[in-house]
Amino acid sequence: MRTLLLVFFLLIFCRTALCQTVNLITIDQLNQRISKGLDTTFVINFWATWCSPCKKELPYFIQFENDYKKDKLKLLLISVDFKSVINSSVIPYLKKIKKRDDLFLLDEKSEQEYIDRVDKNWSGALPATLFIKAGNRKFFENDFTYLQLVTEYKNIQ
Amino acid sequence: MKIYFAIAASLLILFAAAQQPPLTPGKVAPDIKLISVSDKTISLNDYPQAKGFIIVFTCNTCPYAKAYEQRIIELNNHYASLGFPVIAINPNDPAVSPGDSFEKMKALAKSRNYTFPYLFDEGQIVTAQYGAKNTPHVFVVTKNNSGYIVEYVGAIDNDTPDTNPDKTKYVEDAVNALLQNNKPAVSSTKAIGCSVKWKRAG
Repeated sequence: MRTLLLVFFLLIFCRTALCQTVNLITIDQLNQRISKGLDTTFVINFWATWCSPCKKELPYFIQFENDYKKDKLKLLLISVDFKSVINSSVIPYLKKIKKRDDLFLLDEKSEQEYIDRVDKNWSGALPATLFIKAGNRKFFENDFTYLQLVTEYKNIQ
Repeated sequence: MKIYFAIAASLLILFAAAQQPPLTPGKVAPDIKLISVSDKTISLNDYPQAKGFIIVFTCNTCPYAKAYEQRIIELNNHYASLGFPVIAINPNDPAVSPGDSFEKMKALAKSRNYTFPYLFDEGQIVTAQYGAKNTPHVFVVTKNNSGYIVEYVGAIDNDTPDTNPDKTKYVEDAVNALLQNNKPAVSSTKAIGCSVKWKRAG
């Protein structure tokens, strides 16, 4: 009963956008999601709260998603912060940005494995962004300006 | 005016060229001569007894470096007496990362009782020579008659948050192999962490 009440209150809070949810995601789950959306362009940004160039470019990504919301476009933000700082760092930071869905934290045990599974050429450095459309993948290990983001998005169409 | 741009552009190219890829296993590792937090100049040649070194580019500020700090201390506790001491080097420019100043390094080494030298790479020459990219970034080297040879490059293990009991401990595995006169089974991994904070041009 207590749990039910808690869920009920959380739901109410979430409606009023006070509650920011971050879901854990594995690379398998990410790949499944991508394979279900062959008509969709996925822009997947890997970031962390300690990475300042990441935080500098995130507003461009959110602006870009908003400007192209009529397209079949999904922006997934995947934090690679440690799980231990979800409540202390990740959620407080995400509260400041204008995005409420598709916020994730990577749930993988071996860093060496997930890096290669995202892209063989990834050194692991942040920020990193992956563009995927119908099996086409383009990976970038650099930060983006708004214009570069739009250019790469159009390139993969 | 144009000439200034040309000079600035060529300087930028030179600077970019200085940031080489990391030394790979089998390559010669240059000697290091840097000031430590105890105000002494430390060189690899100061360790006649050593069979090799665990050279770790690390710093005060990066969450990955902090997460690995205790494991770096333990590496030195375990392997220094076996002939592979830890040499820690802060590669960051304090103008870009003020928390990584020489004074802050001294304070951290003191508060955490570092038993290994923590060196300051002022000018970032050694960092560029080794091609260190992130903190932490490890180079395990052995000593031979003519100098030092890179044997392993990359991460300490594959679990920065230290939550997976079945983690693969790359550096320990590499040094254990070298102590048995074998080559490391895994000689290269990706060093994950915060990028080196290079001095800003101009």
